[in-house]
Amino acid sequence: MTNQAPTAASAGYLLCHCCHLLSRPLHGATHPRCPRCGAVLHRRKPNSLARTWALTLTAYILYIPANLLPIMTLTMSGRGEPDTIISGVKELIVGGMWPLALLVFFASITVPVLKLLVLTFLLLSVQLGSHWRPWERTVLYRLTESVGRWSMIDIFVITILVAVVELGALATIEAGPGAVAFGGVVVVTMFAAMSFDPRLIWDRMAPKEGEVPSHSRPEGAYRMQR
Amino acid sequence: MAEYAVAEHALIACHDCDLLFRKPRLQPGQKACCPRCGAVLFRRKRSGLDQSLALAFTSLVLFMLANAYPLLRMNIAGRVQEGSLLTGIEELYSQGYWEISALVFVVTFLAPLAKLLCLFYVLLPLRLFGRRAPKAVLVFRWTELLSPWAMTEVFMLGILVAVVKLADLAALTPGIALYSFASLMVSMAAGDAMLDEHEVWDRLEAAGD
Repeated sequence: MTNQAPTAASAGYLLCHCCHLLSRPLHGATHPRCPRCGAVLHRRKPNSLARTWALTLTAYILYIPANLLPIMTLTMSGRGEPDTIISGVKELIVGGMWPLALLVFFASITVPVLKLLVLTFLLLSVQLGSHWRPWERTVLYRLTESVGRWSMIDIFVITILVAVVELGALATIEAGPGAVAFGGVVVVTMFAAMSFDPRLIWDRMAPKEGEVPSHSRPEGAYRMQR
Repeated sequence: MAEYAVAEHALIACHDCDLLFRKPRLQPGQKACCPRCGAVLFRRKRSGLDQSLALAFTSLVLFMLANAYPLLRMNIAGRVQEGSLLTGIEELYSQGYWEISALVFVVTFLAPLAKLLCLFYVLLPLRLFGRRAPKAVLVFRWTELLSPWAMTEVFMLGILVAVVKLADLAALTPGIALYSFASLMVSMAAGDAMLDEHEVWDRLEAAGD
């Protein structure tokens, strides 16, 4: 069934990414908009692969300073100790707070790393025209997209610490440049996940004889047959 | 709108794999999943606009409390200090980290607030008068776009971790805002679960200006 499955694209429909209405643009409509909500319609997300690659690579680069530079510095009675993401986790373990250490480790290290690896894997598999386990890859994509926001925990922790600990000579907490890079990683990977189009995974499964592979048609040349 | 052959309401396509099929008729409480990739296409909720509006109102009140009162009060060697979300954002800005400051401001303050206000703007006239407010369609589209950036529930976990980290530094007293944030998280999550976007879109389409 997988191979003959009718898709919206092959039937000439465009699905609105926002309100999920199906519609058919008429001849010559180059920038069709959703008749219900007005969002710009695309057969597939525009330049999905190129955009996702660019954002993913940016995130890889930002990931280096995010882990090497301190995300905050706690100064207590004149003595300062810079904290990186990993040393913050270590501190929690040393303090015996291993459930929270696990939580922070998961949110700040596991999720961003897995997200980058999964996006790279999805991009490569689509570009190589892989037919391997499309269902699993789609599920992987959905997970990646929904879990990304949880990486923000560390940034929020810094915000609260900075708000509360401001006691002059006694103790201060200052944010660090690592936090900027880390915030960048989270935002950029969220955008990367949003710009990836999981339908591309399935497009590679579709082509049969006599059928034009749906990804080779340019966006603007979209025509409907009545 | 002569430009379109619109609205095959009988058909639906999967947003994850583009499979096209006939839209199933659902009973309240059921959901439709894509037979090929398993994506949840839409659900018919048992709740209606009333519940969504009530929860949006609850969330708005809690949001105001959460930002008007201090989050935590700290006592180190007799010196007491209070902090809230907004003082944290301000402090980050004054330390020169405007990027993080702006990011936190958007995802914990601006996006949740805008989302709630947008919901009111769209749902209230729809519920009260069966009409759509001017530009309601555009506003509801923004609401959907904003959703992934409203991170109240993640912020709540951040508070939890921060409390634990501070606990060995000083004596802490939770403020009103802490409880408000915890309740806000619940009411916003419940609001998301109750809101039936497909129904709102259908009603917006059916309602006159």
